[in-house]
Amino acid sequence: MTLVAAAIVLWAAGWMLNVRLATGPVAETRAAQLAVPIIFGLTLLGIWELVVRGLDVPGVILPAPSVITATFAAQIDILWQDFVQTFVKGALSGFAMGCVAAFAVAILADRTDFLRRGILPVGNFMAALPIVGTAPILVMWFGFDWQSKAAVVVVMVFFPMLVNTVAGLQDTAAMQRDLMRTYGASYVQTLIKLRLPAAMPFIFNGLKISTTLALIGAIVAEFFGSPIMGVGFRISTSVGQLALDMVWAEIVVAALAGTLFYGAVAAIEKRVTFWHPSHRR
Amino acid sequence: MSDTAPIAGQGAGVGRSGRVALFARAAGAGLAPVLTVVAALIVFWYLACIPMNAAQSVRDAARADIAVSPESPAERRVMGGLALALANPGVAIDGAYTQDRARLPAPHQVATELWNSTAAIAPTSPRSLIYHGWVTLSATGLGFLIGTGLGILLAVGIVHSRVMDMSVMPWAIVSQTIPIIAIAPMIIVVLYSIGIQGLVPKAVISAYLSFFPVIVGMVKGLRSPDAMQLDLLATYGASKSETFWKLRLPASMPYLFASLKIGFAAALIGAIVGELPTGATAGLGARLLAGSYYGQTVQIWSALFAAAILAALCVGLIGVIERALLAKMGMRR
Repeated sequence: MTLVAAAIVLWAAGWMLNVRLATGPVAETRAAQLAVPIIFGLTLLGIWELVVRGLDVPGVILPAPSVITATFAAQIDILWQDFVQTFVKGALSGFAMGCVAAFAVAILADRTDFLRRGILPVGNFMAALPIVGTAPILVMWFGFDWQSKAAVVVVMVFFPMLVNTVAGLQDTAAMQRDLMRTYGASYVQTLIKLRLPAAMPFIFNGLKISTTLALIGAIVAEFFGSPIMGVGFRISTSVGQLALDMVWAEIVVAALAGTLFYGAVAAIEKRVTFWHPSHRR
Repeated sequence: MSDTAPIAGQGAGVGRSGRVALFARAAGAGLAPVLTVVAALIVFWYLACIPMNAAQSVRDAARADIAVSPESPAERRVMGGLALALANPGVAIDGAYTQDRARLPAPHQVATELWNSTAAIAPTSPRSLIYHGWVTLSATGLGFLIGTGLGILLAVGIVHSRVMDMSVMPWAIVSQTIPIIAIAPMIIVVLYSIGIQGLVPKAVISAYLSFFPVIVGMVKGLRSPDAMQLDLLATYGASKSETFWKLRLPASMPYLFASLKIGFAAALIGAIVGELPTGATAGLGARLLAGSYYGQTVQIWSALFAAAILAALCVGLIGVIERALLAKMGMRR
C-alpha cells in the first residue's frame, strides 16, 4: 500500500510542478514547453510502475515498465528482425508505392475535370471505409510474406493521399492561375511552379495520415498470416503465450517506429512548406 | 429564423423552386462523373476476374477433358494469369464467373451472397450478415459514445486549463502515431483475464480510436470564437461557464460533427480489428477471419461490403443529424 500511496504523492508532485511551469514566468520558453509533457509522461510511467508493484498486479495482466524495458533489452535482435520485416519491408515500401500511385492518379484526375468530379467523391467515400478488411484477400493473392503487407498498405494509404492531393491541386486562387496564363505558362509549368507548391500543405497532410495507416495496415495484415516474424505475428503469438512483456516490447517498437516516421515526415514538411501560415513564427 | 418568415412567405415559392432547381442541377452534374467512375470500376472488376481466375478455370477445364493450350500442368503453373487467359480465351471467360471459391469473385456473385445472407435469411441466424453487422455495430456504437464523451471532456479541460493543454495534448498526438491496433489483442486478453469479455473489450478499442479525432476537433472548435466575440461576452459580464455554454460550445458544433464522422469510421475499424485476434465467433471481423481460414472468398467480400455499407449508412446518418442541428442553430452553410 505504501507504493500506491507513493504513486498518489508522485502524481500530485508531478502535477504541481507542471502547474508551476505552465502558469509561471517560464511558460513561454521552449524548455518549459518541452519539459511539461516530458514530466507528465514520466509521472505516468512512475505511477504505472508503483501501482503494478504496489497492488501486485500479475505480469499476465499488466507488466511493469521496468520489466518491459528488461525484455526490450534482452530481445533486441528479435525485435529488430520484426521491425525490419513489418516496418521496412511491409509498411515503408507500401507507403512509398501507395503514395506515388495516388499522386500519379491525382495529377491525372486534375487534368480532366470530369474525372476529378467523379474520383473525388468516390475517393472520399473509400477513405472512410474499413479498408483494413481487404487484408485477408490481399494475403490470399500475394502470399504470406511482406509483399501482401505492402499491398494492404498501398490500398490503405491510396485514398487519403488521393483525396488530399486532388484537393490541394485545386487550392490556388483564380488570380494566381490567371497570372500564370498571362505569362503564357504551359500546363506543366503551371503545375510545377504554382500548383504543386500550393498543394504541398495538403500533400503533407495526406502523407502524415498515411504514416499511421501504413503501420496499422502492415500489422493487421500479419494477423491473417505471416512468416514467423513481424510485429503483428509476434504480438498475436505472444498474446497466446501470455508473454505480455514481449507484447509490450513490440508495442514500444511500433510506437517508436510510428513516432519517428511521423516525426520525419513532419520535419520534411516544415522544410518544404516553411512559407505556410501554420509554420510561420 | 422565425422572424424572417413573413418576408420570405411572399417569394418563398420562387426561392424554394430556384433552390431546388439549383440543387437538382448540382446533383445531376455531380452524379454523372461519379456514376461513370463507379461503372468503370465495375467493368474493370469484371475484366479482372478473367485473368485472376484463369488458373482455376483452366485447371477445371483440363480435368473435364477439354483441350487447354499448354498441355502439362507444370508448364501452366509457371504462367501468369494473364498469359493463361490469353492462351485459352474461351475457357477462361467461361470459368471466370462461376467458381465457388474464385480468387476474385465477380460483382454479381458478391451481390448474390449479400442478398442471400441478409434478406433471404432470418436476421437472428448466425449465418446472417445482419446479425454479424449488429454485433460489430453495437461494439462500435458503445465505443464511439465512450470515445466521443471522453474526447469532449478532455477537450473542455484542455481549453480551460493551460497545464492540461501543455501536458496532455502532446501525448494525445504521440498516442496516434503508434498503431493502437497493436494493443488490440492485448486489451482483449487483459480484460478477459479480469472477467470482462464480449462487447466491452471491443468497445474499448473503438473508443481509443475514435477519441483522438474528437479531441482534436473539439479543441479547435472550442477555440474557434475570435477575440471580438469573447470580448463581447466579457463586456456582458458573462462567467466562464456562461461563455462556454452560450458561445464556445455552439461555435464548436461544425468542428465536432466533422470529427464525429472520422471518429465513427475509426471506431468501426477498431471494432472489426478487435474481433480478429481472439477467435471471436460473431461480428464482421470474425466473418473475415473465418472466410480467410476456409478460403471462402465470397464470404470475405460480402463481409467487406457489409462493413462498407454499415460505415456509409452511419456516417450518412451523422451527416443528416449535423445538417438538421446546424440548420436549427442557424449555422447552415
